[in-house]
Amino acid sequence: MTVTETTHEVTFTVNGVPRTVTVPARRLLADALRHDLGLTGTHLGCEHGVCGSCTVLVDGQPMRSCLLFAVSVDGAEITTVEGCRAPDGGLGPVQQAFVDCHGLQCGFCTPGFVTTITAYLRENQQPTEEEAREAIGGNLCRCTGYQNIVKSVLRAAEIQREQGAV
Amino acid sequence: MVTRAFGVPMTRREDPRLVSGNGRYLDDLGEGALAVAFVRSPHAHARILDVDVTAALDVEGLVAIYTYEDLAEDPNPRVSEPLPLLIPHPALHAPRVNTPLADGVARHVGEAVVMVVATDRYVAEDACERILVEYEVLPPVVGIPAAIEAAHRVHDDVPDNVSAHLVQEVGDAPAAIAAAPHTLSLDLDIERSASMPMEGKGIYARWDADDRSLRVYTSTQASTSVRFALAAKLDLPVDRIDVIAPDVGGGFGVKIVHPWPEEVLIPWAAVKLNREVKWVEDRREHFISSTHERGQLQKVTVGFDDEGHVLGLDVEFWHDNGAYTPYGIIVPIVTSTQLLGPYKPGAYRVEFRSMYTNTVTVTPYRGAGRPQGVFAMERTMDAIADELGLDRALVRERNFIQPEDMPYDHHLTFQDGRPLIYDSGDYPTSLEKIKALVGWDEFEAIRDTARAEGRRVGIGLACYVEGTGPGPYEGAFVRVETTGKVVVATGLTTQGQGHETVFAQIAAEELGVPVDDVSVTTGDTRRFKYAVGTFASRAAVMSGNAVALTARKVRAKALRIAAEALEVDPKDLEIIDGNVQVKGVPEGGIPLRTVAVLSNPLRYAFDEEAKRATQFAGTSDMSKPPIDEDDEPGLEATDYYSPIRSTFASGMHAAVVETDPETAEIKILRYCVVHDCGTLINPRIVEGQIHGGVAQGVGGALYERIVYDENGQPLNASYMDFLIPYASEVPTVETDHLETPSPLNPLGVKGAGEAGVIPSAALFASAISDAEGFFVTRMPISPSELWALREQHRALEGTK
Repeated sequence: MTVTETTHEVTFTVNGVPRTVTVPARRLLADALRHDLGLTGTHLGCEHGVCGSCTVLVDGQPMRSCLLFAVSVDGAEITTVEGCRAPDGGLGPVQQAFVDCHGLQCGFCTPGFVTTITAYLRENQQPTEEEAREAIGGNLCRCTGYQNIVKSVLRAAEIQREQGAV
Repeated sequence: MVTRAFGVPMTRREDPRLVSGNGRYLDDLGEGALAVAFVRSPHAHARILDVDVTAALDVEGLVAIYTYEDLAEDPNPRVSEPLPLLIPHPALHAPRVNTPLADGVARHVGEAVVMVVATDRYVAEDACERILVEYEVLPPVVGIPAAIEAAHRVHDDVPDNVSAHLVQEVGDAPAAIAAAPHTLSLDLDIERSASMPMEGKGIYARWDADDRSLRVYTSTQASTSVRFALAAKLDLPVDRIDVIAPDVGGGFGVKIVHPWPEEVLIPWAAVKLNREVKWVEDRREHFISSTHERGQLQKVTVGFDDEGHVLGLDVEFWHDNGAYTPYGIIVPIVTSTQLLGPYKPGAYRVEFRSMYTNTVTVTPYRGAGRPQGVFAMERTMDAIADELGLDRALVRERNFIQPEDMPYDHHLTFQDGRPLIYDSGDYPTSLEKIKALVGWDEFEAIRDTARAEGRRVGIGLACYVEGTGPGPYEGAFVRVETTGKVVVATGLTTQGQGHETVFAQIAAEELGVPVDDVSVTTGDTRRFKYAVGTFASRAAVMSGNAVALTARKVRAKALRIAAEALEVDPKDLEIIDGNVQVKGVPEGGIPLRTVAVLSNPLRYAFDEEAKRATQFAGTSDMSKPPIDEDDEPGLEATDYYSPIRSTFASGMHAAVVETDPETAEIKILRYCVVHDCGTLINPRIVEGQIHGGVAQGVGGALYERIVYDENGQPLNASYMDFLIPYASEVPTVETDHLETPSPLNPLGVKGAGEAGVIPSAALFASAISDAEGFFVTRMPISPSELWALREQHRALEGTK
């Protein structure tokens, strides 16, 4: 007996653009983004929700795309690291802050930090250093020791404030 | 004005790409390629009796299933042979390396048994689930004591489970110890850990049947060597193979091993199927089928005088090498030599045995044997201080090699097969700096005050010397394009160290061009074919100097060509911001892009600029041929750097910890680093390397361990259970630098990549011992272990 799979049509908005994918029910959101839509900025580090590399924003909330089925986010608005750019296409404030503060080395975990921090700074525009450390407390990085990622959070908040002031 | 590039803490040019999701890691390539999954042994030691694939054949999307028998039937016998023993050594008398798929016996949980190729990974895993492998379970050897006991064997023909036995001696250590006024012995234990880069391994192979050429992308630390290994394994001419390390999501040592079973199997299947094939390791696979490190048992005996001078040191240790020895015995060799740190040991004897166990193979992880060696030496220093009632820093100071002793010959053989001779270093100044930074001399009062408040705080200190930048060589290619842009290529790979930036800084400085005009490619054999790899903190030393030497050749050529054009002496010329000019006279020079045009005499002009170099342009000296003897067209060069021996970086770490009197929770209050890696190319990047190393060190000392049960089943093969520190566990690192240039290389640099992780186990053992008042001998240490130790010591006190 041949084993075949039923597929489903799922529509959601990714980085402001409505997209439709046809996927089996078990297809992870991370795989749908990466392999069906070619948005390879979202990375898989552990596939069990611990490392946070695959974090994307689902209706504004940071979620682990390795723990979500694509079919479960039908109708949602999704933001990936590719969508964290500035409106003019340049680096967004969090992305720029990571460059400024040497907040990354290999860069594999960075997309998950960028999305997480982007969401966090909407809630808290002026974090203290302690709050910044807490904000990134659910993401693993094996390269940086986090010190410069904490700095990046503070710097991103600063950039946002500067831009808001313009 | 001259714009400096070397030594500037500039931001990294790779970052804009990586922060915006435009990196190209292995799994971002090859959309549509066939996917591979493996059936791996669920047993630590088992004979494979039968593989039944019948049920898998019905899975839609299945393309192929391969077992060892399929490899053995291949007309090319090399593909089924054991993978290479990468670093043979005379003391490694019983090397054993696995075949790409298990040949009849699996020797650790996770060893690949069956390979499945399908249209996507989901389908490949479906098929794997339906393959039935019948095993006869054999008794496993788990842990060093069981390996030594040798009631069972990992390899039938290695009855004592010993793969290697090595003794190195300087002087007569046992006699020196016997004659010493004081002696003591320590039994020490360091558990298993692992590199755990955020991106696992991955391989993507494209076979061009028309061209009979193979392109392989692999998440590796050694793409040039993978290329040679594949040529040998697949019986293809090496010039038909290119290997590319794309963006690599961390390595930390594990990705220096090659070729992995999968690195042979994926290209082999791509050729066989004439399809693109890709395999991306998942996290569980990485835990059970890549490699681990660290596990050692050590016995130290030391003889010393009343002032704490070491007179004789005798170290015996047992190293757990896991099931196979593809990387030879580099890790225990490094332990046995780097153990000596900044000290003169008097007479020294070291003996190790490398032991087979039915666990994942052990190969270097950042630090590569040094953390274990430093643990042995630094615990010994603390024990001597305790025994004599002396300050721990003072005992260290009294044993230091002095700056005037440099170069210092230990009369031992280092991991590169060359003499262990320290090139430079200033350990007394480092000690002064770390004591000042952490407030060493004021700590006693702090400890006493805390104790009076019912708190337990302790301070620790650990010193290390790290052999960095071992040979044999690295090379570089540098070319000035006719646009004035400079391209640099090295065969050496990158896994996050910022090589695109630092090599550009070096080339820009040497050539006198703006750093933004330089682009760097690493780890791509299409661009540079000869290299060794990125390991042992060697990239800045080896490739950095190769880039500098090559850029100097290009500069000399540019000056020569410009001098001819300007009719001046090349000695009178300089290059400032890409303009070749008479020194101090910016007017009237010629830009490098024009020099690049002139360097390539042309018959055919391909653009406006190129017309200057054509045969009727009047730019050629009619008394000479267009290309002189010994000259080549193009403003470019290739050169190599090959050092006489390794350079030796050093550092000292100090930490203050607080242990909870009730819960035994261990909290880091301060973490200080003094670091000397010679001349700094980019201080920002060096600092980042230290931060990251410290974080891994904290993990290795307090949280991370690979746990096997007595059956050889890994118990924590996930990020949920293997506790990599989050931001909440890693302290803010306070750093101070010392720059003692290496006399061995033109740039004066030493390596920096591994430093941060090296002293951690020793450091935290020292600080926790200081807080608790008893001597810690086993790392890593968890709160529950600390609690148990307290109970033991309380019981001991009670019986006194």
